[in-house]
Amino acid sequence: MLLSLAAATVRLGGRPALDGVDLDVAEHETVCVLGPSGSGKSTLLRAVAGLQPLDAGRVLLDGRDQHAVPAHRREVGLMFQDHQLFPQRDVAGNVGFGLRMRGAPKGERACRVTELLELVGLPGAGQRAVAALSGGEQQRVALARALAPRPRLLMLDEPLGQLDRSLRERLVVELRELFGRLGTTVLAVTHDQGEAFALADRVVVMRDGRIAQTGTPLEVWQRPADAFVARFLGFDNVVDATVEGAAAVTPWGKVPVPEGAPQGARTLLVRPAGVRLVPAGEGLTCTVAARTFRGTHVSVHLQPQDAPRLEAACALRHAPETGRRVGVEFDAAEIVVLDEPSRP
Amino acid sequence: MTGRGRLAQNAVRLGLTAVPVAFFAVFFAYPVAAIVRRGLADGGTWHVGRLAEVLGQSDIRHVLWFTLWQAAASTALTLLVALPGAYVFARLDFPGREVLRAVVTVPFVLPTVVVGAAFLALVGRGGLLDELWGVRLDTTVWAILLAHVFFNYAVVVRTVGGLWAQLDPRQEDAARMLGASPLRAWRKVTLPALAPAVAAAALMVFLFTFTSFGVVQILGGPAFSTLEVEIYRQTTDLFDLSTAAVLTIVQFLAVGAILAVHARTVRRRETALRLVDASGTAHRPRGAGQWAVLAGVLATVAVLLLLPLAVLVQRSLDTPGLGYYRALTDADGGIFLVAPIDAVGASLSYAAAATALAVVIGGLAAAALARRDAGRLVRGFDALLMLPLGVSAVTVGFGFLIALDRPPLDLRSSWILVPLAQALVGVPFVVRTMLPVLRAVDVRLREAAAVLGASPWRVWREVDLPLVRRALLVAAGFAFAVSLGEFGATVFIARPDNPTLPVAVARLLSRPGDLNYGQAMALSTILMVVCAAALLVLERLRTDRSGEF
Repeated sequence: MLLSLAAATVRLGGRPALDGVDLDVAEHETVCVLGPSGSGKSTLLRAVAGLQPLDAGRVLLDGRDQHAVPAHRREVGLMFQDHQLFPQRDVAGNVGFGLRMRGAPKGERACRVTELLELVGLPGAGQRAVAALSGGEQQRVALARALAPRPRLLMLDEPLGQLDRSLRERLVVELRELFGRLGTTVLAVTHDQGEAFALADRVVVMRDGRIAQTGTPLEVWQRPADAFVARFLGFDNVVDATVEGAAAVTPWGKVPVPEGAPQGARTLLVRPAGVRLVPAGEGLTCTVAARTFRGTHVSVHLQPQDAPRLEAACALRHAPETGRRVGVEFDAAEIVVLDEPSRP
Repeated sequence: MTGRGRLAQNAVRLGLTAVPVAFFAVFFAYPVAAIVRRGLADGGTWHVGRLAEVLGQSDIRHVLWFTLWQAAASTALTLLVALPGAYVFARLDFPGREVLRAVVTVPFVLPTVVVGAAFLALVGRGGLLDELWGVRLDTTVWAILLAHVFFNYAVVVRTVGGLWAQLDPRQEDAARMLGASPLRAWRKVTLPALAPAVAAAALMVFLFTFTSFGVVQILGGPAFSTLEVEIYRQTTDLFDLSTAAVLTIVQFLAVGAILAVHARTVRRRETALRLVDASGTAHRPRGAGQWAVLAGVLATVAVLLLLPLAVLVQRSLDTPGLGYYRALTDADGGIFLVAPIDAVGASLSYAAAATALAVVIGGLAAAALARRDAGRLVRGFDALLMLPLGVSAVTVGFGFLIALDRPPLDLRSSWILVPLAQALVGVPFVVRTMLPVLRAVDVRLREAAAVLGASPWRVWREVDLPLVRRALLVAAGFAFAVSLGEFGATVFIARPDNPTLPVAVARLLSRPGDLNYGQAMALSTILMVVCAAALLVLERLRTDRSGEF
């Protein structure tokens, strides 16, 4: 393993920011840590970089314990959330900084800077002042700066956090291509699931300093480990249920579940696509509370009597008007019985 | 950071703190302790009763009362005159604004003796007002009060105006949109935000005027005496060191109290204000009201700040063929053992040495204080550094006089004594200039450098130094101007054959005769030009426009 964390623990102000985290990153792998703010993602990066001392546990790089290695000797790259470009240096001065610290000769430095600026799509920008760069350009310079010394591990803290949506979507594709081409090992953190799923070979979901789930983007998306992960991924139809055979008893009435689902008191996730609208009078009776246009479909919020709201995904043409009464039926294929038992 | 890293960090912090702490222990705490011993101990026994005994004397009580009320009156008058100025420089945009802002700051760095001499030339015997209308103010308290306003105008304009310029005008807009009238919006939104800055400025002015020495010494005559002047009088005229020491202790306690209140005010001010870039908040004057305020402020600046200096220059030229300036090169006259002009060279070399000392000591202290992990102990040290600023130059000078003239530290005959005292007075300015800039360096910028392979020392050189280089120059300039004009401490310890410029001016002024008077004006003009030039250069160098001292 290139990077291993073993029971890594960091306490900030008495509260555990990182609570016994075990994590392995293999060479050439891109791992994305996903979690809400305050879940300990950034602390994780800082601990690996050597900017935050561990209170317990170990960080290993190439199998070697990094306890006594200060930040400037760890040879990892870190791209900060707001870039932290050196304001008094030009673009080339920023990109070449790490090489200069390692004592690389001037000629070699200049070559590498040129090469990297081309790589990130800013050829010939070496003499520009960093203050004159747009957000996206600063992003690219920060990336070039982190890559220039050829770090064995590249870490990205909210790499695209401050950019606007279209730029973000374009850059995420570029980054994935770039890392694939260079064979870089990447550990990134983000709170944006779209970013994580697009970038990562493997996603790690964090909550309160602990790892809530690890898996490929597809695995995590299809089978969230628990209610927290499901809600964090944007699913709102999550309820306590009792599974008996092929059906579950829920506040929405009896709901069919896939074959072989775990039995007993569970948490149930109903994907919006699994909420089918039928004429009023059939199934569960609901009132349409709101509808939101989502481009490919319409998200319809349904209010049953005496039960939590339901979100349904509808084709554009079939979406009912607000205030209409409709019936609801459930599709077992879009229902997930989560592994954790529901809380009493 | 690893365990070893933490250890190294502690060692660095200890190293950074040790030098300034040692400096202050030897050259401030030790002399102050000597003063306390001299005042309250007599042959090994303590007489705290001395305090009551000295304070019981009616003339001392008179001095105390005068010190207090003139400081209060000066503060009120300064606020009254300078607050419109703060508004104008913060919010109104007019041609020459930047230049004028620098110009109103000049008085603050002028040596107190120059201020005294300038007001003497304006309102004193044979002064401009005397010539024109037969009006003399130098026998009244008004000369002192006006000189104090002259001196402290910039403190209010820069402390209050600096914050005012950074307040987001959209906050007032928001209040207007919610139905507040312009005046009400100002009263409910801007005024509460400014209040702590006004309080901080008022306390600074009170402190400076409470410890006023040079101005009162020159303009006060026999009738008016502050604690500082009285300490000096007791020491040099009456040779009553014990009474002087008791008065110094009283002064020390009063200043400590004022500084404590100031520190609290400043800390409150730092909370929860959303500040914006000062360059975008000013606008052209609109309406008769704003034009009137602008005109009033410009007139005040002209009459109160520029006229005294103009008169000073005019008086120094008031003889054919630059006679007063040429007289400065003669050693006769018996006042000095050397020609007054030699004081220029002495002053410059003292000030250079003091600047070097102040920058090293103050720079190290600021670096230690700026560290994010600075504990409460270190922050207490912050307040301690400010102490010599307020504890008054006379305390420093008097302390040096009685503490450093015998073993283990006999510096009586060493030239370094004067730069040491001046550095002590200059260090707070260095710290105050450097600290905000060092604190503003983003920790993560340092972390970014570390992750890219820069060792801690390299981080400092590559990240911190380029960002603070200007501030360092500004700090050095301030220390230089302060050292050059330093009077209260220097007057105790400067050797008669080697006076500094301010000491020479004061001595010339204390002698009768037109030639002495004219020479004092000429020497003051030289000093003023040097200080003003230094300041104007600094103003161009300053990067932050918050404009505080």
